[in-house]
Amino acid sequence: MSTLPQSQGLQGTRPAARSRLDRCLHHPAFLPFIGFIVLFALMIFINDNFLTANNLTNVARQVSINAIIAVGMTCAILSGGIDLSVGPVMALSGTVAAGLMVAGVPVPLAMLAGLAVGTAFGAINGSCIAWLRMPPIIVTLATMGIARGLGLIYTGGYPISGLPDAFSWLGRGTLLGIQVPILVMVLVYLLAWIVLNHMPFGRHLYSVGGNVEAARLSGIRVPRVRLLVYVISGFTAALAGLVLSSRLLSGQPNAGEGFELDAIAAVVLGGAAIAGGRGAIIGTLVGAMMLGVLNNGLNLMGVSPYVQNVIKGAIILAAIWMSSMKRR
Amino acid sequence: MEPLLQLTGIHKSFPGVRALDDIHFSLKAGEIHALLGENGAGKSTLMKVLCGIYQPDGGEIRIDGQRQRFRSYRDAIDAGIGIIFQEFSLIPELNAVENIFLNRELRNSLGLLDRRAMRARAAAIFKRLGITIDTGVPVESLSVAQQQFVEIAKALALEARILVLDEPTATLTPGEAEHLFSVMRDLQLMGVGMVFISHHLEEIFSVCDAVTVLRDGGYVGTVTTSDTDSTALVEMMVGRRVEQTFPPKDHPVDVEATLLEASLQPGRGMRPIEFTLHPGEILGFAGLVGSGRTETAEALIGARPCWRKRVRLNGREIRLRSPADALAQGIGLLPESRKTGGLVLSFSVARNITLNKNARWLRWFVHGARDRSQVAELIERVGVRTPNADAEVNTLSGGNQQKVVIARWLNHDCRVLIFDEPTRGIDVGAKAEIYQLMRQLTRKGIAIIMISSELPEVIGVCDRVLVFRGGEVVAELSGPEIDAGTIMLQATGNAS
Repeated sequence: MSTLPQSQGLQGTRPAARSRLDRCLHHPAFLPFIGFIVLFALMIFINDNFLTANNLTNVARQVSINAIIAVGMTCAILSGGIDLSVGPVMALSGTVAAGLMVAGVPVPLAMLAGLAVGTAFGAINGSCIAWLRMPPIIVTLATMGIARGLGLIYTGGYPISGLPDAFSWLGRGTLLGIQVPILVMVLVYLLAWIVLNHMPFGRHLYSVGGNVEAARLSGIRVPRVRLLVYVISGFTAALAGLVLSSRLLSGQPNAGEGFELDAIAAVVLGGAAIAGGRGAIIGTLVGAMMLGVLNNGLNLMGVSPYVQNVIKGAIILAAIWMSSMKRR
Repeated sequence: MEPLLQLTGIHKSFPGVRALDDIHFSLKAGEIHALLGENGAGKSTLMKVLCGIYQPDGGEIRIDGQRQRFRSYRDAIDAGIGIIFQEFSLIPELNAVENIFLNRELRNSLGLLDRRAMRARAAAIFKRLGITIDTGVPVESLSVAQQQFVEIAKALALEARILVLDEPTATLTPGEAEHLFSVMRDLQLMGVGMVFISHHLEEIFSVCDAVTVLRDGGYVGTVTTSDTDSTALVEMMVGRRVEQTFPPKDHPVDVEATLLEASLQPGRGMRPIEFTLHPGEILGFAGLVGSGRTETAEALIGARPCWRKRVRLNGREIRLRSPADALAQGIGLLPESRKTGGLVLSFSVARNITLNKNARWLRWFVHGARDRSQVAELIERVGVRTPNADAEVNTLSGGNQQKVVIARWLNHDCRVLIFDEPTRGIDVGAKAEIYQLMRQLTRKGIAIIMISSELPEVIGVCDRVLVFRGGEVVAELSGPEIDAGTIMLQATGNAS
């Protein structure tokens, strides 16, 4: 009666590992990478001035600020949320640091204060979303307004200038012949890659975005993951704010207008699912580069900024359409 | 007289499961016909075939002798079939009249909504049903019973001649149910044929003319209610089954040792649910759907709020405020629904197995190589059939998906595992493998709570069984007391 053969019962197949090539092809950033190559080739073909060391460094430096913000945005989107407050938080952090420097606070201390402001905003976003269970899009829309308002109150609406020269290194300096903003960007991506792929927290973040109920029932502390996601996003926005202030050598309360859109565009172009759970940090970097190359190429061709907006919007729509096609 | 509705030889299979096998059903005008069977017997599937949500693989549906082919729910409605689902299909924010005429709004000569005409028609239907409904408020503010009647009114407004009521009394008080029955009897006089699904045998005897019994997707028989009694019906439902392969309960449970003691009071003024768990035993939670089994398990691990809770593990009091606390204490839950609660479907097998790994945050980095070899070992041990560890989990069959969830918990040092409907929608072979796996775990001293609506499985696997009814434990059975008839009678409240 109960003579089910033992072998039929519990013999699994020891699965073969998937081949390296196969894994490459299924990587979320695979298609974006191909897209980037195509775009890059197109730009070389269209414009003679594109493929020069000078121009390419220029592109990378221009991209760095959006790319840094997009790291936090990637975390938010992967976890199934979004952070709309990044632009104003970036401006606020930059102006607070600038204001403190002008007031005579030592440069490193003022920078830390700027980072603290952005991180605190992230913690507020995260607390509302994680513990009060408010929807991310509304929470960050509200704090977007608050951060912008606070930045304008703090500065009275005028840019803060007269920053110490020591501060300019972050945005304008070079190290080993490479521009510092580019180095900062690379460092942030490296850290994010480690966190997302080699720390339990990263896995939990993906799980929360993939299926929050399964994550919760399997014992993941979902609120803690959500809180940390927005803290990270606030931190990267603040870091981008410091780089921008240093580059301009002034604190601009109106900086970062529309930056949340650029960051979301980089994440989506990088192959992440807008619903969460799928994507890769390297994809976001590729997405940010695509946007940068596109901007640069269109500028070199003399396309009007108005038209550029339309082209960028259309490309983002196409990227989202492609990712929703894949899901079906 | 030609039957109003006739189903003959209906077949329906899903990947790996034979859901309906040669089912016959016939309904006369003005008849109330009960459809009876355990959970998973195929009642709901049959009704979904009837209303065009599923397409049958074989067999035919005739209405008034006319062969019908329903490609969608819409077609079935047009043919005069009205279904009142277990989950209401009302839009909570709209009022009763708007719900009744949803998508078939009456218009006046200007093409605008003719509210007056719709109100009048609705009022006429409510009058016919002998009920008063406040049509000025959204239906969500009506009582559950009133919503049920709105649902019936909606079907009648469609001029349904065949009405399917899928467990309509599950959420009603006895008084409300009585009113529903009188409405049903009125409809009967008007020549409406009704299919009535319920687990409560006394309801079937009070309102139905005939009963058709299904078991394991097969047709057992049709009897008239006046010719039968509840014992006979239970016999038909439970039946003498094809012998299933359960591993022998060969290792004695040490009832002296207590692993877990729990006392859970779900709400103020409710009776606490108390139970103990011995190491190496399989404790069954039997009962009907909605009897409080899943709620109890979720309250235990902290996934659902609980008014008052005391849990002792190995004699030590522990606090379980969230599933994460439970995980830290070595208590794991395999949720009822693999797809929504158990797995991240877009993730690979390996990522699903390591989903909650290192949830204690002490280890900062993932050890990739060690993880991979652990995953491979678990896949082998649990017997997941997958092309490789990186295959997306939604490409696997139900049984293999369930094994992935089991593997996740074996990755931890668990002492108590709760299996909620572990074999739902799984084919027979995989079921046997899961039973064997459960037995193997108990040999290592792990205690298992198994929630199951399938009686043979409860009987074949469990060392001890708690029977739930209406949010309370009504019986505790062990050893030879575990028997299909006893469990069924206790669960339905027919025990004298």
